[in-house]
Amino acid sequence: MKLRQPHPGERCQFQRSFPADEAIQTQAVSFTVPVKDFSVSYPNSAQERISKMIELVNVEKTYFSKAGDIHALHKTNLSIKAGEIFGIIGLSGAGKSTLVRCINMLEKPTAGKVFVDGAELTAMNDAQLRKARQSIGMIFQHFNLLTSRTVYDNIAFPLEIQGLGKAEIDKRIRPLLELVQLETRADYYPSQLSGGQKQRVGIARALASNPKVLLCDEATSALDPQTTKSILELLQDINKKLNLTIVLITHQMEVVKTICDRVAVIENGDIIEEGSMVDVFTNPQHPTTKEFTKSVINAEIPEMVKNKNLSATYKEGSKLIVRLSFIGDSAGEPIVSGMVKRFDVDVSILYGNIDQLKDVPFGTLIIEINGTEGGIKNALEYLHQQNLKTEVIGYES
Amino acid sequence: MSPDMLNLLLKSFWETCYMVISSTILSTLIGIPLGVILTVTRKEHILPNQAVNSILGAVVNATRSTPFIILMVAIIPLTRMIVSSSIGTTAAIVPLTISAAPFIARIIESSLLEINPGIIEAAQAMGASPMQIITKVLLPESLHSIVLGVTLAIISLIGYSAMAGTLGGGGLGDLAIRYGYQRFQMDVMLATVVVLIVMVQAMQSLGDYASKKLNKNKL
Repeated sequence: MKLRQPHPGERCQFQRSFPADEAIQTQAVSFTVPVKDFSVSYPNSAQERISKMIELVNVEKTYFSKAGDIHALHKTNLSIKAGEIFGIIGLSGAGKSTLVRCINMLEKPTAGKVFVDGAELTAMNDAQLRKARQSIGMIFQHFNLLTSRTVYDNIAFPLEIQGLGKAEIDKRIRPLLELVQLETRADYYPSQLSGGQKQRVGIARALASNPKVLLCDEATSALDPQTTKSILELLQDINKKLNLTIVLITHQMEVVKTICDRVAVIENGDIIEEGSMVDVFTNPQHPTTKEFTKSVINAEIPEMVKNKNLSATYKEGSKLIVRLSFIGDSAGEPIVSGMVKRFDVDVSILYGNIDQLKDVPFGTLIIEINGTEGGIKNALEYLHQQNLKTEVIGYES
Repeated sequence: MSPDMLNLLLKSFWETCYMVISSTILSTLIGIPLGVILTVTRKEHILPNQAVNSILGAVVNATRSTPFIILMVAIIPLTRMIVSSSIGTTAAIVPLTISAAPFIARIIESSLLEINPGIIEAAQAMGASPMQIITKVLLPESLHSIVLGVTLAIISLIGYSAMAGTLGGGGLGDLAIRYGYQRFQMDVMLATVVVLIVMVQAMQSLGDYASKKLNKNKL
């Protein structure tokens, strides 16, 4: 596992929660994340570029204006593997929209190189670029469907652009209508559809030219939670079925948590954190990332535990409060009951929570261990040996 | 009204129709490309070109700010060159077209600018060329609004055609001036005004109906 260095000036989360520094000991963390390690490196050969579906090398974007230049994107490096769902998180104005538009060159980077599927888009002329864009699908927050065309004709649009014949277009559209479950809506106009249906048309249109990459620009931000869920299911479905690489920008953490394999967090035109989604969500380093993940992952210690009279050391008769966090398979192991049997201690549960990060369960349990000083010490040691993260919150006297 | 008068009214009606229909068709044919160029060469549009945009804009503005009656007289040499005559109904079509084309160009421009830029961006993302964006996105998406604009132009042309009498163009306006005003034949005056009102009403209703049919935004 890759451990990220904390940023300078950043304090430990628990120290922040507990002003009395010595009251808390944060134990060494043993944390197993069942997700592959993706390390970022520059492509040094064409071969390597192909294994990476999207590669941004030192990409910068500056908007020049009389009122002053706006640096939307500072030197940015990013590589996205074929077949993964990659999330880019950031607040409005952070530069995520610019970043995703640099991938298909709707925004021409001021500097740097953009590679998609091994081809350098930044080196292409207009005609080559148009050709390349046909294999990069894109969907939008406000769908951007042609209002004067029916569902069928909207999906036909990219194929018409490519100069395909009517019969061939029809052959391509029918399975797409089925995929997005709009067979019965083929002759409807966009204004007759709901938001979710419009986005399904958008997805079908983006898929019509058999793209290798699908860019999603806040694709679910204008939809209600129920519809968002169904659109995310559809995206996951096509990611698996078509082995499509999906890049998704959003400010909705729920979305990232549900479908992304890897994420990058962007702030003021800089990527401040990048890694596997589970890694970033369960162990965020940057304050902004912590702020983001807080909304979907319950990393805070509950008030009722915080309000207890805690001390850092054992006194006669005090109980140990620890927080256990577990990811993936270790969630199923009988660790707590094992501890009770072995060390003659009593355990009561103060707080418990379980989250789902894509398909990985992530749980938190705060327990109180009551027993003799030796029993508590042994129990704590035992916990540290387990495949989970153990944090000592304090001793309650 | 005497049968002769009725015949004259009918003849004038056809002359007006001839002038208005011909100049509408011609000015729309000129106005659409002009309007498209005025739009796409704007900054931030699909084919930005400051020089073309400024020059074309200035020409359009100059034409539009010249009063029709002056324009009509001023371009007599041009009219003579095109239709080898500077008087008559056909000759009136030239100044009518030249004055209506910039008007239609501006109407087309404002219709095209109403299109959600996101739709254009989506087309670009799909690899559409500027020409494909014009023919498959801009014009179809704004057709309902263009129809309303052209209706407006037709109604202006009906008004302008009344001045065509100055060039011997005939038409309803000319009839009203010569018989109704100069000969004090109130019935002729009234009849022409009624015919003009009916024409304008009919055109507007037709335009509204067609635009509504074409607008798929509000179904």
